[in-house]
Amino acid sequence: MTERIIDLRFHGRGGQGAWTASILLARAAITEGKHAQSFPFFGPERSGAPVEAFARISNQEIELHSKVYEPDYVVVIDPTLLAQVPDTIVAGTNRKTKLIVNTREDGKTVAKDLGFKGEVWTLAATDLARELIGRPIANTAMLGALIRATNLVKLESLFVEVNQQFGERVGAKRSRHSTCI
Amino acid sequence: MPEKQPGSKDIPPAGVCWKPAKEYKTGDWRSKRPVRDEEKCTRCLTCWIFCPDAAISWDGKDIHFDLNYCKGCGICAEECPVKCIEMEDE
Amino acid sequence: MPVKQILMGINGDEAVAYAAKHALVDVCAAYPITPQTIIVEKFAEFVANGEVETEFVRVESEHSALSACLGASAAGARTFTASAANGIELMHEVIFLTSSIRQPVIMAVADRSPSGPINIHGDQTVSLAQRDTGWIMIYCENSQEAYDSTLQAFRIGEHPDVQLPVMTMLDGFVLTHTLENVYLLNEADAHKFVGRRKPMMLTIEGKQVPLKLDPKTPITIGPLQLFDYYMETKLQHSEAMEKARPVITQINNEWAQLTGRKYGDGYLQPFKLSDADAVILTTGSSAGTARFVARQLRAQGKKVGLLKLRTFRPFPHKKIATLLADVPVVGIFERTHTTGSLGGPIFNEVRSALYDNNIHPTILGYYGGLGGRDVTPDHFTAIYKELLKIKQTGKTPRHPIKYITVRK
Repeated sequence: MTERIIDLRFHGRGGQGAWTASILLARAAITEGKHAQSFPFFGPERSGAPVEAFARISNQEIELHSKVYEPDYVVVIDPTLLAQVPDTIVAGTNRKTKLIVNTREDGKTVAKDLGFKGEVWTLAATDLARELIGRPIANTAMLGALIRATNLVKLESLFVEVNQQFGERVGAKRSRHSTCI
Repeated sequence: MPEKQPGSKDIPPAGVCWKPAKEYKTGDWRSKRPVRDEEKCTRCLTCWIFCPDAAISWDGKDIHFDLNYCKGCGICAEECPVKCIEMEDE
Repeated sequence: MPVKQILMGINGDEAVAYAAKHALVDVCAAYPITPQTIIVEKFAEFVANGEVETEFVRVESEHSALSACLGASAAGARTFTASAANGIELMHEVIFLTSSIRQPVIMAVADRSPSGPINIHGDQTVSLAQRDTGWIMIYCENSQEAYDSTLQAFRIGEHPDVQLPVMTMLDGFVLTHTLENVYLLNEADAHKFVGRRKPMMLTIEGKQVPLKLDPKTPITIGPLQLFDYYMETKLQHSEAMEKARPVITQINNEWAQLTGRKYGDGYLQPFKLSDADAVILTTGSSAGTARFVARQLRAQGKKVGLLKLRTFRPFPHKKIATLLADVPVVGIFERTHTTGSLGGPIFNEVRSALYDNNIHPTILGYYGGLGGRDVTPDHFTAIYKELLKIKQTGKTPRHPIKYITVRK
């Protein structure tokens, strides 16, 4: 019996930490004894260009090595992408997909504007980031939102990875960031 | 839904682009733009020499930054001998 | 009992960097090129932090990188480098030299498409193009194998019977930048496994002299040899490659005892071949995707198998002939660009291996995934369907080569 693989797609702009977010999630899953993959997809490698990152999580070894086409969960870290590249954000999604978006708008409006059929979770993550860590970097808050929406991994597992990635001092701030959801 | 993408028989050979690079306006790649203090500037044309994108021009009278192509690399600001160029956030 | 290992979430490039660190590399000279950059950056970090004592030489090109490694190796150092596509192409001259001088330089190859058109993503064209350079060649399926095979490479290449350089391949982006579960050895266990490098010993006028640049025992390495001796030296090289055959299996077994991970016999990893009607043979990350599909199809009662080719040089022609002898239909998937030939390198060497068998399977070649074109489970499902249909109907296609994953 092949175990179910959960597929995720993250959308951001170069420099916003979409790739880092997928790495932190994958590492958190691995510390919980799961199997994970995380990989980026670059168009032109430059700051500000739209970037996609992917993750897979499973209870069994993941043998396949190809892109994610039908994500179970989609995380959007930069709200300006909703207007700029709406097709890539809804690509491969359906009614069962969960969309977790960094936006000040409400879920219904986001879904309508995108033509998205699944469940939408929203968080004004950039505002929260400015408030809690003094910088408009929303990726760790969005990971918190993802966990709240999906229970994919435990929040504590994420904290360990965030602390390791950013060092104890910054990591503690970022972890608070994730819990305030 | 995107239309059917061209296949190997539909595209020019050898990956050749049938338009010059001038048609691809890379200005939207910028996250910072060069801003020149016209009074401090001595019109030495060092920035014009160094610009890797040929996005700086000299019309015989003054210097112009072509923001259609400027990628905001900041080399002009770095090389300017009188430091009259500032890189400002877009 | 396998030793206790450390589980990390790292990508293929990082895994290779850890292997180089654990191998206690003496000299590393490398030039950055996507998608290898993470290997060099991570390893440079280890060196800068004092986690490994390595002379890290910054060079101006890949040709210089391998030249520096070759020179250091000739002086007795354990050396490591990494490159990709255009970088491998630039150092091609020195790739021939390194193996001809019998220096066990270890090189990780981030498999990337050759320009042009300019492309930074993965395919195996460039690595397969190195098959005549006299190096041992091992293809990795995942980030775990990138660590395992790179660390094993030092033992294989430096073995007293072998003394040849080894390249380990990881698919560009698909493995280099893909974070996966990777078990690393404890440093103590790794150091014990890899040991210290011992140079080849020559017997000269009754004395034991190391094949090493050493003022105490001066010799000349890398001389001119014309038509009267060149071929004899080349024959020695061919024989050394043959001597590598049992060593690769032996190291694979030793690794299995140490870590609990075994890669078939070191050359080939069969999956459900014994009663298979259709088998796909492939290398690298695609082997994982194909096996994933094979499992799904088996669960549906379809008799399919997957044969992963891990070591390409030396080529396991005898074992392939045995394993595929009773398989009716075989599809070989190669991620390489071919022009003017009937199929690519792996297709031809497999067919050649089977030529002397009395019965031959139907062998077809599938070409795809160039320039990072994604190779998906659906592609392999389609190949298996085609192979099974051929078995069922007995009708073989007129032309055995097919291009897939492409818009004609």
